[in-house]
Amino acid sequence: MRGGLWQLGQSITRRLAQADKKTVARRYFSAEAELKKTVLYDFHVANGGKMVPFAGWSMPIQYKDSIMDSTLNCRQNGSLFDVSHMCGLSLKGKDSISFLEKLVIADVAGLAHGVGTLTVFTNEKGGAIDDSVITKVKDDHIYLVVNAGCRDKDLAHIEEHMKAFKAKGGDVSWHIHDERSLLALQGPLAAPALQHLTKEDLSKIYFGEFRILDINGAQCFLTRTGYTGEDGFEISVPSENAVDLAKAILEKSEGKVRLTGLGARDSLRLEAGLCLYGNDMEQHVTPVEAGLTWAIGKRRRAEGGFLGAEVILKQLEEGPRVRRVGFFSTGPPPRSHSEIQDDKGKGIGEVTSGGFSPCLKKNIAMGYVKSGSHKAGTKVKMIIRGKAYDGVVTKMPFVPTKYYKPT
Amino acid sequence: MPVIVKDLKYADSHEWAKVDGNSATIGITDHAQDHLGDVVYVELPEVGKSISQGSGFGAVESVKATSDVYSPVSGKVTEVNEELNSSPGLINASPYENGWIIKVEMSDKDEINKLMDSDQYSKFCQEEDAKH
Repeated sequence: MRGGLWQLGQSITRRLAQADKKTVARRYFSAEAELKKTVLYDFHVANGGKMVPFAGWSMPIQYKDSIMDSTLNCRQNGSLFDVSHMCGLSLKGKDSISFLEKLVIADVAGLAHGVGTLTVFTNEKGGAIDDSVITKVKDDHIYLVVNAGCRDKDLAHIEEHMKAFKAKGGDVSWHIHDERSLLALQGPLAAPALQHLTKEDLSKIYFGEFRILDINGAQCFLTRTGYTGEDGFEISVPSENAVDLAKAILEKSEGKVRLTGLGARDSLRLEAGLCLYGNDMEQHVTPVEAGLTWAIGKRRRAEGGFLGAEVILKQLEEGPRVRRVGFFSTGPPPRSHSEIQDDKGKGIGEVTSGGFSPCLKKNIAMGYVKSGSHKAGTKVKMIIRGKAYDGVVTKMPFVPTKYYKPT
Repeated sequence: MPVIVKDLKYADSHEWAKVDGNSATIGITDHAQDHLGDVVYVELPEVGKSISQGSGFGAVESVKATSDVYSPVSGKVTEVNEELNSSPGLINASPYENGWIIKVEMSDKDEINKLMDSDQYSKFCQEEDAKH
């Protein structure tokens, strides 16, 4: 082992890095004193959190239990994550919807009040600037959460377009929720634990739905969503109430819901087949290539009207050149940038995320291959440190998702 | 605190060597396995392969990360721990005993003098942890 174990422990941080590489490199090497801390920082440290630099923040990569145990416990009981490094913002004004629709692929106008969806901010070439969960609170209020590592470029992008939009008389403004913290509560005990802390009937809030409600005495934004494939919630809470809320959730679950770090979060999202921006999605990758065609609203396919629509609509018609797929493999776990070859040894693509699945006890990965080699069951070779190992294209999610949907 | 065994020799890249005549058994330290977390795969070299001090001979994969393993001595690989193919977790459970990785016929015994003893390694680990 080389380079110091501490750095080794950081390799996942690099793997998890969500921003463009230069920004991350600069932030990654920045002095620890420059790292931002969430209001839960002391709480993490007191609970044994191993803090690492992540997208400019000092965040827990794991707590006392191993990433393996932590991942399993999320699916069996539940996990509480501090995701306050992510950037929540609200768009306000009567033209919020038409403004946002210029920047994302979602049919925002078609969303019911209090309903959210995963979407992608696109550039002129149809590539992904970031992925984001957006919620239509009301016709004149959109709430969205963007990746920590993409915060600066996303806000600059939105601001630039907002200026032009307003100059033409459009009514839209933003509020960045730096006064709030964000907790993600995931797993089968998420709803039962949270129900103790609110009067609202959580059984009536389904996957993707949003409410502004009182939780543990504070006004929260609650979205039934997450990044693990499990049922659960993301809770935007006023920062002064965040530590109390975290403690209350852990207490109400009788210790079964555990604080969970970025390491297990990465395993969980990979098992659920979810993209990590910066790994599985980048500036040059379109939503069609990334397997997010479902997120392009029907009306948007007919009308276009978002950045890069020409490229994306053409790809929808002709089919993309490359596609994101999942793999099982033998041998060492493939990691990002492992080469993928067909069974004759010809290069067909590259792994973008990979690792050992704590739940399935075998290697899982996702990556991009040429169209034609993308069908489930296609045999491939994974090249790791110069050796070829057997792999097979597999449907995702690897672990079945358990989103709470009306029956 | 991680376990550090008294009579072993240690490299600053966190491997240990147990010297017995011209032969050395090599593995990674308790401190190393603790930082890596659950080991899920160990890439072993072929028996007969020549290796040199400070160069990589294999890799240890955990849920968290991939880490190359560097040889604390030069020589020829005489034996590899095949048990690790089916039970990579031995590295975590028993880093100094059942989790050994390779045995080497040493070509230059003097190289051992460049390695740390247990006291020096103990101090080295403390300093490294303190830095972060």
